[in-house]
Amino acid sequence: MSAVEQAAVPVDGQETPEPDGPAIVRLDHVTHWYGNVVAVNDITLELGPGVTGLLGPNGAGKSTILHLLSGFLSPSRGSVTIAGVSPWRHPDVFRTVGLVPERDSVYAFLTAREFVTASAKLHKLPEPKAAAERALELVEMTAAADRPIQTYSKGMRQRAKVAAALVHDPKVLLLDEPFNGMDPRQRLHMMDLLRGLGAGGRTILFSSHILEEVEKLADTVQVVVAGRLAASGDYRTIRRLMTTRPHVFKLHSTDDRALAGVLIASVAVQGVELTKDGLEVHASDHGTFTRELAKLSRAAGIGLREVIPSDESLESVFAYLVGA
Amino acid sequence: MINSTVAWITFRALFGRKRALLFVLPAIVLIVLTLALKSAHNTQSDWAALVLGRVGVGAVVPLTALLVGTSVLGSEIDDNSVMHLLATPVPRRDVIVSKVAVSALVTALFAAVPVLIAGIIAQGPHSLAIGCFLGGVLGSIVYSCVFVFISAALRHPVIYSLAYVALWEELISTLVSGAKYLSVEQWSLGLAHSISGDGDLGSHLTMTPSLVLSAIAVVLTVFYASERLSAFTVRAD
Repeated sequence: MSAVEQAAVPVDGQETPEPDGPAIVRLDHVTHWYGNVVAVNDITLELGPGVTGLLGPNGAGKSTILHLLSGFLSPSRGSVTIAGVSPWRHPDVFRTVGLVPERDSVYAFLTAREFVTASAKLHKLPEPKAAAERALELVEMTAAADRPIQTYSKGMRQRAKVAAALVHDPKVLLLDEPFNGMDPRQRLHMMDLLRGLGAGGRTILFSSHILEEVEKLADTVQVVVAGRLAASGDYRTIRRLMTTRPHVFKLHSTDDRALAGVLIASVAVQGVELTKDGLEVHASDHGTFTRELAKLSRAAGIGLREVIPSDESLESVFAYLVGA
Repeated sequence: MINSTVAWITFRALFGRKRALLFVLPAIVLIVLTLALKSAHNTQSDWAALVLGRVGVGAVVPLTALLVGTSVLGSEIDDNSVMHLLATPVPRRDVIVSKVAVSALVTALFAAVPVLIAGIIAQGPHSLAIGCFLGGVLGSIVYSCVFVFISAALRHPVIYSLAYVALWEELISTLVSGAKYLSVEQWSLGLAHSISGDGDLGSHLTMTPSLVLSAIAVVLTVFYASERLSAFTVRAD
């Protein structure tokens, strides 16, 4: 049994520490309120080894989920467990878990080497200096490790935080917006590092509001919108779901009313609405519609003045997933 | 109980801020006041007890403890850097005990030791100086426990700590007789009075109740501060 399983006490007599092996992260019908505001609403998910992306727009509840998993919030309803143990009021869970918080508050007066070595000592590692060196090498921070953290760029601070979280080689790594402030090279390196840790059997959960980051790194994706789990599973499956959503275009032409009549006859169009600024078209097939639009309008003798895809933002995709 | 890494980070944090410059101010005021009264003519015969008791133990110790005690934990909670400390398996009681130990040591250094120096300036190595110094050490420990507890339990710990010192100790405990039993200042003065035998210190308690009540306060505040830190939650943005 691992240290956390020996030390932590199961809550309510219902949690059973899991045997040694990969640490399973579970949220079971978890709800969390901040006062009257529901931050997380009835979320159930289970994560195993590999890299999972927690995707959602700002304020969706991603950080709340990570704070629930790291024991910095207690669920208002439901249960949270890591390796069978509730993290709330059980600091021993941090023998299994490494946390990289989003907020940029670190002990800025320390150097990265001091900061990571302190983290190793707090974990009571047998050789804290050696462990700190390994962690600093992992994040490519050895060259700048003797400078105070307050002199670092945001990306370097992030890497110092990741090194401190990795110093005890945790089975579970929770990262809140880890790529914030990193330049493209640092970002790629961090992605390689996390991908390697995931492939090595660790359970990695990172939050992001950038679709491309999640696409590049995550094996599975949990999409959170307005506190609810909107989609969950393999990224390609969700992506397919996204591409079948109706695409909304705003059009303006020389004769909007006539164009509406032409477009509604197309099988690629689900609906057309005449607005004061032109037309709002809901296309069921993005590719077919964009290919047909020019042909149909030219055939009808209508000139297109403006074609704007109006739901290409991530928020629009999430809004669709919530409704799906 | 005391985690040396937590204590080391706390020391570094404490003296890495400009606020640390304030720690020395109350002590400077005490020493300057003592030197001024010592060199002045026609001062009252009990001036030393008044300065060491009212100003030293009654004002310099609580003010210094307030500045230090609310810095060792409250500042880290305010800026959330405490999360890096709490994202480790260190028992929360050890975090609190380490913070209190650093606060008590620094307060004793910047407040109780200056009280001893002021006492020696006033009367030489007299029992009044020793008594007020030990009373100051007791105050450094208990005030640190109280202010660390307030930092763990409440937002805006400086305001609540100031309210305790200014309203409770300086106003209510002088007007309501029973309140002296819940005054750290009175416990400190009780010890100082018992050791020095100087009746001009304004103490209302003897040594035994002072020490017993101090011990109870230390145990209770450390226990509840540890409980509060165990249930530390991240505030919503």
